[in-house]
Amino acid sequence: MSFPWANHYTPSHPVMKWMDEKLPLPRLVYNAVGAGYPVPRNLNYMWNFGVLAGFCLMLQIVTGVILAMHYAANAGVAFASTEHIMRDVNWGWMLRYAHANGASAFFVVVYLHIFRGFYFGSYKAPREMIWLLGVVIFLLMMATAFMGYVLPWGQMSFWGAKVITGLFGAIPVVGEPIQQWLLGGFAPDNAALNRFFSLHFLLPFVIAGVVILHIWALHIPGSSNPTGVEVKSESDTVPFHPYYTAKDGFGLGVFLLIYCAFLFFMPNQLGHPDNYIPANPLSTPAHIVPEWYFWPFYAILRAFTFDIFFIPAKLMGVLAMFSAILVWFFLPWLDNSPVRSGHYRPMFKKFFWILVIDMAVLFYCGGAPAEEPFVMMSQIATAYYFLHFLVVLPLVALMEKPKPLPFSITEAVLGSDDAAKLAAKS
Amino acid sequence: MNRLIASVAVGLFFVLSVLAAFVSGAYTAITEPAQETVEHAFHKTPKELHLASDGPFGRFDKQQLQRGFQVYSEVCSACHSLKYVAFRDLEQLGYNEAEVKAIAASKQVPGVDPNTGEANTRPGLPTDYFPSPYPNDIAARAANNNAVPPDLSLMTKARHEGPAYVYSLLTGFTNQPKALLERFPDAKTPEGLHYNPYFANLNLAMAPPLTDGQVTFADGSPSTVDAMSKDVAAFLVWTAEPSLDKRKQTGWPVLGFLLFATVLSYLAYRNIWAEKKAKH
Amino acid sequence: MADTTGTADPAVIAGTEGEGIRRRDFINIAAVGAAGVGGIATLVPLISQMAPSKDVLAESSTEVDLAAIQPGQAIKAIFRKQPLFIRNLTAKEIAEANAVDVASLRDPQTLDERTKPGKENWLITMGVCTHLGCVPLGAAEGEVKGEFGGYFCPCHGSSYDTAARIRKGPAPKNLEVPEYEFTSDTVVKIG
Repeated sequence: MSFPWANHYTPSHPVMKWMDEKLPLPRLVYNAVGAGYPVPRNLNYMWNFGVLAGFCLMLQIVTGVILAMHYAANAGVAFASTEHIMRDVNWGWMLRYAHANGASAFFVVVYLHIFRGFYFGSYKAPREMIWLLGVVIFLLMMATAFMGYVLPWGQMSFWGAKVITGLFGAIPVVGEPIQQWLLGGFAPDNAALNRFFSLHFLLPFVIAGVVILHIWALHIPGSSNPTGVEVKSESDTVPFHPYYTAKDGFGLGVFLLIYCAFLFFMPNQLGHPDNYIPANPLSTPAHIVPEWYFWPFYAILRAFTFDIFFIPAKLMGVLAMFSAILVWFFLPWLDNSPVRSGHYRPMFKKFFWILVIDMAVLFYCGGAPAEEPFVMMSQIATAYYFLHFLVVLPLVALMEKPKPLPFSITEAVLGSDDAAKLAAKS
Repeated sequence: MNRLIASVAVGLFFVLSVLAAFVSGAYTAITEPAQETVEHAFHKTPKELHLASDGPFGRFDKQQLQRGFQVYSEVCSACHSLKYVAFRDLEQLGYNEAEVKAIAASKQVPGVDPNTGEANTRPGLPTDYFPSPYPNDIAARAANNNAVPPDLSLMTKARHEGPAYVYSLLTGFTNQPKALLERFPDAKTPEGLHYNPYFANLNLAMAPPLTDGQVTFADGSPSTVDAMSKDVAAFLVWTAEPSLDKRKQTGWPVLGFLLFATVLSYLAYRNIWAEKKAKH
Repeated sequence: MADTTGTADPAVIAGTEGEGIRRRDFINIAAVGAAGVGGIATLVPLISQMAPSKDVLAESSTEVDLAAIQPGQAIKAIFRKQPLFIRNLTAKEIAEANAVDVASLRDPQTLDERTKPGKENWLITMGVCTHLGCVPLGAAEGEVKGEFGGYFCPCHGSSYDTAARIRKGPAPKNLEVPEYEFTSDTVVKIG
């Protein structure tokens, strides 16, 4: 769907006309991210992160395909081939740091994109499908990032692989066979490394496919906006190009500045020193932590230290960790408030910021060693996390009295809307 | 309404089970407070160390790297390998081709007898990598009181505050403090190990490797334990990341260009939006 | 990375008049231009990473000791992961090579041009047929040397003479003589 006032693609050059008849790809681009896509005029900078996430995906695919030209997925030489990239391949150090820090950048951008959705109610009807596909992308990203981290075959790679596949061992009865099947052995070795490499190469292209669906689903209702009020007339929108291409271009510039500062001046800041020690199956690092972007979920996993009836603590932690993300799938139906944007929901807004702080605590505890007081802190934070999504959101929607909404996006931006005056008169 | 009950029920299931864990954890914490460990009480974070290569503008001091290399080859290389570094890489320290060739030739590397095919050793070539002092980990373990001397190529990237850690460890050997033995009578350094507060578990298999004046530097620099430790730490920064200088040299123009392009794109953005912005 | 920074759509900006248009257009064009320059600069590492890496380049010179090679014998060595033929020519072979009318050759070269002064008996060539890259026969004991007494490529029948010059068959050029120098009387450094 598009709005009736959307610009129409009218190729003037004969070649473009010919192309339009045979394969209307330029028309598709024009209508998807060109002048043919009308977008609310009031989007703030939080709406920059979708395009940035797409950029990160491309960055990771390009640098990843290149690294695969030099990397060797064999437990005997994987570590050495990574060092070969760092030392001997032309610009290899830059490409590897670009890929490693690109993964972090990707997660920063996507977390901001998700929290934008939380605050502005982007998951609400009619945009549920966009949200669901987004959660699928996030899950695929986590799987891809985990398998990518295994590839250098350092200590954290090895023990990360062992611990994460060990989660499946928590499943009753079939857990252990599943774990052995996943690894192709009793512990991570060549078989596991090779399949992780293969899947690490495949999954980004699956992500790219789901991203196309995500954008397709977005173009059915059109983009949401900070007021949460639907587009009513042409004065509420501007064409994506040049308005948002310009804004996204500026956003990309700022993003690249920060990203390159990490890449060139602190490329190992977000990594862990132990991964520069070759994998050693006989010695576990003193303090195993996943990469930073998994910390909140790792904290939830470790928070469950107590057997509940017949459910052992280990299984409970695994269940909770997966549920913490799966609960996002139900978000459009948990939050029933008719008002989308957090701007107009005073009670929701308070709880949103509590969730942000809660996630920050989980993040901190996930990166800390498994000792007190971090375990107890993460237990409280985990309790709030589930309380927020499963209890607070449904109740707030029932109890809250929202603030009055503007008549239209135009009114929100300009302070008045001629159409609103007309509506008031009649 | 059914939906609400279901979600609250699921929510409370997770909340109550994690709170149960919290209560049992809190009970344990009160009834059996955690014992302080000797590592926790006596382990020290690395000393401060400033090297020429520090910071975004820092560059390697090649003189110092050469001295560090000398310390490595005369002392450390007896037990520690440097297997990701090739002799040819030494040209980056300022040695010329002939010097690199001579250094390589002075080391024996594993080879094959061209006539019999049997394993032997031959003088190194610039393309060879630094030879390991032991044929494998088992031999290394057997020769070193059951501890494998780690490869040093990536040491400064494989430890927190790597260069300072190396420097602190080399200069940090002391006698076990009396206070330690008073508080932790069981923690006496075992026979064959050496007390070092900068090592994670305080007792290190490596004996103090350096003594004052052990190495004679061609440039007349002092060869105190402290100076040699700094030099070898600087050298190991280079072995861990030979591209460090190039990385920073590339970074500045890239950031400069990006800043320029970002300012331009901001102006273009303001331009394009000039008429659409709110008129209050 | 190529981005689409602030592409100016003249239709949208046409609302403003006079000098303003030009200055504004200029900024938009400059922004797009900067993005293009950045994108192109990014291609440099992406492309050059496929060129030979430092360890490969470091192995691009080989030293060979010739002391054990008797006149009439040849050895195969390896240079840049390719076969290298080193042949100690006999006086007869040298005479044969010099007797050929150079002008009649497909790739005219004298034996002197293909060897070092004072070391005319040492014929050092790549063992790579200039037709399609097979390894010609004739270097090892008992291999066919072809009708011109040098090398014979079994793939498509190219025959080389005792100076490893192409005489018959599809190969367009003589066997390549790599850059080399004698570092002592019996040691040669190739590359």
